[in-house]
Amino acid sequence: MRPFTKHTGLAAPLDLANVDTDMIIPKQFLKSIKRTGFGKNLFDELRYQDEGQPDQPCEGRPLREEFVLNQPRYAGSSVLLARQNFGCGSSREHAPWALDDYGFRSVIAPSFADIFYNNCFKNGLLPIVLESEEVDQLFAEVSAKKGAQIVIDLEAQTVTSPSGTEFSFLVDNFRKHCLLNGLDDIGLTLQQEDSIRRYEEKRMNEAPWLFLSREH
Amino acid sequence: MSAKTLYDKLWDSHLVQQRDDGSALIYIDLQLLHEVTSPQAFEGLRMAGRKPWRISSSLATPDHNVPTTKKERISGVEGIEDPVSKIQVTTLDDNCNEFGITEFNMKDIRQGIVHVVGPEQGATLPGMTVVCGDSHTSTHGAFGALAHGIGTSEVEHVLATQCLVQKKSRNMLVRVDGELSPWVSAKDVVLAIIGAIGTAGGTGYAIEFGGTGIQSLSMEGRMTVCNMAIEAGARVGLIAVDDTTIEYVKGRPYAPKGEHWDMAVEAWKDLVSDKDAQFDEVVVIKAEDIKPQVTWGTSPEMVIAIDEAIPRAEDQTDPVKKEGYARAWKYMGLEGKTTLADVTLDRVFIGSCTNSRIEDLRIAADVVKGRKVASSLKQAIVVPGSGLVKAQAEKEGLHHIFEEAGLEWREPGCSMCLAMNADKLGAGEHCASTSNRNFEGRQGFGGRTHLVSPAMAAAAAIAGHFIDVNELVKH
Ligand code: SF4
Repeated sequence: MRPFTKHTGLAAPLDLANVDTDMIIPKQFLKSIKRTGFGKNLFDELRYQDEGQPDQPCEGRPLREEFVLNQPRYAGSSVLLARQNFGCGSSREHAPWALDDYGFRSVIAPSFADIFYNNCFKNGLLPIVLESEEVDQLFAEVSAKKGAQIVIDLEAQTVTSPSGTEFSFLVDNFRKHCLLNGLDDIGLTLQQEDSIRRYEEKRMNEAPWLFLSREH
Repeated sequence: MSAKTLYDKLWDSHLVQQRDDGSALIYIDLQLLHEVTSPQAFEGLRMAGRKPWRISSSLATPDHNVPTTKKERISGVEGIEDPVSKIQVTTLDDNCNEFGITEFNMKDIRQGIVHVVGPEQGATLPGMTVVCGDSHTSTHGAFGALAHGIGTSEVEHVLATQCLVQKKSRNMLVRVDGELSPWVSAKDVVLAIIGAIGTAGGTGYAIEFGGTGIQSLSMEGRMTVCNMAIEAGARVGLIAVDDTTIEYVKGRPYAPKGEHWDMAVEAWKDLVSDKDAQFDEVVVIKAEDIKPQVTWGTSPEMVIAIDEAIPRAEDQTDPVKKEGYARAWKYMGLEGKTTLADVTLDRVFIGSCTNSRIEDLRIAADVVKGRKVASSLKQAIVVPGSGLVKAQAEKEGLHHIFEEAGLEWREPGCSMCLAMNADKLGAGEHCASTSNRNFEGRQGFGGRTHLVSPAMAAAAAIAGHFIDVNELVKH
């Protein structure tokens, strides 16, 4: 996993509450059996006028000009500013994959849906919760000035607005450690192999019916 | 010992390791796998040269994009016309073969929607931890099991380590007191709950559903309620174990037998919240107040009783709500309409992991029996949740009732719930659906979904518009 330490990037303001994972990556794209290549269909229904199909090239599809990512000033943005309850709906991990594949490294919002929030960390994407007023201020600053950049420092747990205001955010220590070092969750858990085996032994005594092998 | 909630008990009995930062390693007893969220997990295992920790803990079946017409189904995987769906289903077959995981493939009568299949086989048991790469895994909480929807990375994590890294949620009790009115079902109960607490109301909580209104439900009904805990924002929905639970599990193919059965039943009796257990939040709803529910907008919380007027954007004070309502009105094409009876329907879908079990089909059949689907409808389909549900329904002759009334009788799968196969809505079409999500585009690009119970969907199919099922059956 790619580590996340400090990031400076252009921010795109997506001024819409309750953006669900269907909007982030519509279901017709879930049929892929890979983890990459979803970026071109990120926000497909908001971004294009027609209905996108998997394996269809997106160059030349009619754009919804007003959509934030289609505005030239936000081209190449790597931080997404969002509104409350971002990422609600289905648990599809294709949502963070699509955001990551598009080039986003972080999403800042006043609140996130639980599963989406979790899934971000597993894919090197940093979801940041700030107070509503702080997010409002970032929206205002980013919209006011072309090319406005936001600085995110995971070590220090701060977000610095284009005008230099610093906001701090909370992040779970374990997740922070993994993200900073690009550590994969599975390897970390397998370091606890002994504890898992001990648990299994104890449990096999208490509830042996949970460990029967399945007859086909 | 201090009093514990059911959730606390399940958590404690699966705790492998508590970490300082509040996260914990939780042992997983059962993982259900399907074709959409597993390929990348198996790809990850292979890339890292890892093996599944304990294959007997996994059970797989394709469901999300299997076709549901007889024509396509007759030749199994080969018959899938959509090339991408075919690749996914084939990949699941290959992965299960390679890793030695039990799979009910498309030709197996036990194939169906994972959340129908697990309980039906007795693979889902009280007191278990259950995960699946699908947010409606909360369904299994109906058995007093701790069931989470997880993402694909977590699917891989559980395959490789048998554990999940989790943070404990807070406890919420939603109590439904009293007795439900005629034709008011579990679906109406859960929609009313979501209407009351909102789609973010349960965020960060494990919700236990209790009270006489819940206890009186069958296992099918309880699954419907827990299924939609996620639409109330909670990853986990739970219902305490009682005789209904144990009766349902008894004799199922994967349920414990003999001495194990007696031991298990003894242990399961403790799967209730202690009398003086503390909940962080308690919500009480009167069963008598719940009427048949219909969603009008593009979020499950945009729901009203059938006799209510559709709420207007201009009457909302909260600016976010106002905007959301305005957008939903536009998307749903509600201009000029006052109640949901004014909405002319194009399609009706009875199915999904929320409402495709035998009881759901019996209720729907009861409503349409001897009646005819409105001629204005383009299509009405009934999609059983599994091959076994289908077989049971056919044994009872329900398929004839549906077909005589003008509804199509399909093969098992997720179907129009998420429109990954060929069953979908056209742009602007209104659908009465027994599924669980009404987001924009969920059932097809531009499609307009209204969530309802099986009885209400059946009534709507006959009337061609929404109608209180109580009114319909009077005539
Ligand atoms: S029926 Fe719908 S909600 Fe249920 S598992 Fe299938 S797609 Fe998901």
